[in-house]
Amino acid sequence: MTIDKSMHVLIVDDYKTMLRIIRNLLKQIDFNNVEEATDGSEALSKLRAGSFGLVISDWNMAPMTGLQLLQEVRADNRLKTTPFIMITAESKTENVVAAKQAGVSNYIVKPFNAETLRDKIEKVLGYA
Amino acid sequence: MPDGSNKQDAASVLGWSLAERLAAIRAENPAGDPEMVAQVVRAVLTTMTGDLTATEASLLHEVEALGRTIATTKQEIAALRVDDITASHIPLATDELDAIVSHTAAATDAILEVCETLDKVADGLAGDAAAQLQEATTRIYEACGFQDITGQRITKVVAALKMIEAKIANIVATFSDQREGAIVPEAADESQLLNGPQLPALAMDQSDIDKLMASFD
Repeated sequence: MTIDKSMHVLIVDDYKTMLRIIRNLLKQIDFNNVEEATDGSEALSKLRAGSFGLVISDWNMAPMTGLQLLQEVRADNRLKTTPFIMITAESKTENVVAAKQAGVSNYIVKPFNAETLRDKIEKVLGYA
Repeated sequence: MPDGSNKQDAASVLGWSLAERLAAIRAENPAGDPEMVAQVVRAVLTTMTGDLTATEASLLHEVEALGRTIATTKQEIAALRVDDITASHIPLATDELDAIVSHTAAATDAILEVCETLDKVADGLAGDAAAQLQEATTRIYEACGFQDITGQRITKVVAALKMIEAKIANIVATFSDQREGAIVPEAADESQLLNGPQLPALAMDQSDIDKLMASFD
């Protein structure tokens, strides 16, 4: 059984450079259907309008943070089971606990490498 | 405002030494009339209507000392030219930091653009050459993440500078008789969770995060 790499992936970060980096790293592992959003509000609109198999989001964004986006996703009947990976520089225990309590699927701390990204994607999609 | 009781206080404070002085005068001038001296002293005390009690005098002395301290502090703050800090130094520092973010972003974008070109070249290759090229570009993509981290660190420094600026403005306002100082924004609910990158010695690495995540399972 292999991962369906044609799935739509939404990446969310207010740093366009980081969006570009994640998009390229995903492309290298054959995820080519990648859409971008630069904050939680835009991401939520795209999620509600489309069909995504995975969300990879930064935390520290405005006006809607990654945590708020996660809470909105988990509160939405249609979106609540969407795998959600938080990629953030916030590395305090309380951050991980808050994200887990909000229903995060996995948590990657910046700076990260391609192997960690691939590993966490496989885990949340149930192929690891 | 002093009243009759204040006069009595002054008299009682001075009374003990007055008796001693009267006794000394009597000893030195046995022919003198102590009652006359006493009358003179009472007359002097009577003219002190409206003057301060000893307690009030002490308090006045302290208030005067405090006033001198405040005046000295104002002179010292003026000598520091704190207005320059808020009007020039801090804005300059934040502009320079913003420029650093802008320049590193531009440089990173240029690196990424070259990297994407290399990826396209790798797509046209086969075997070890393609794999090695892709491995190299992967490392470059990972390294380019520095721009996000340094950007967040610089944002934290800018926020700290702005906080210092606000506090200095408050101090200046306090010592320049201005009623309103700069308002330091209150923290939002989630703000205690928004700290940005930790210093390396304090930060959890990915393996720590993984252990913590696994502890919930």
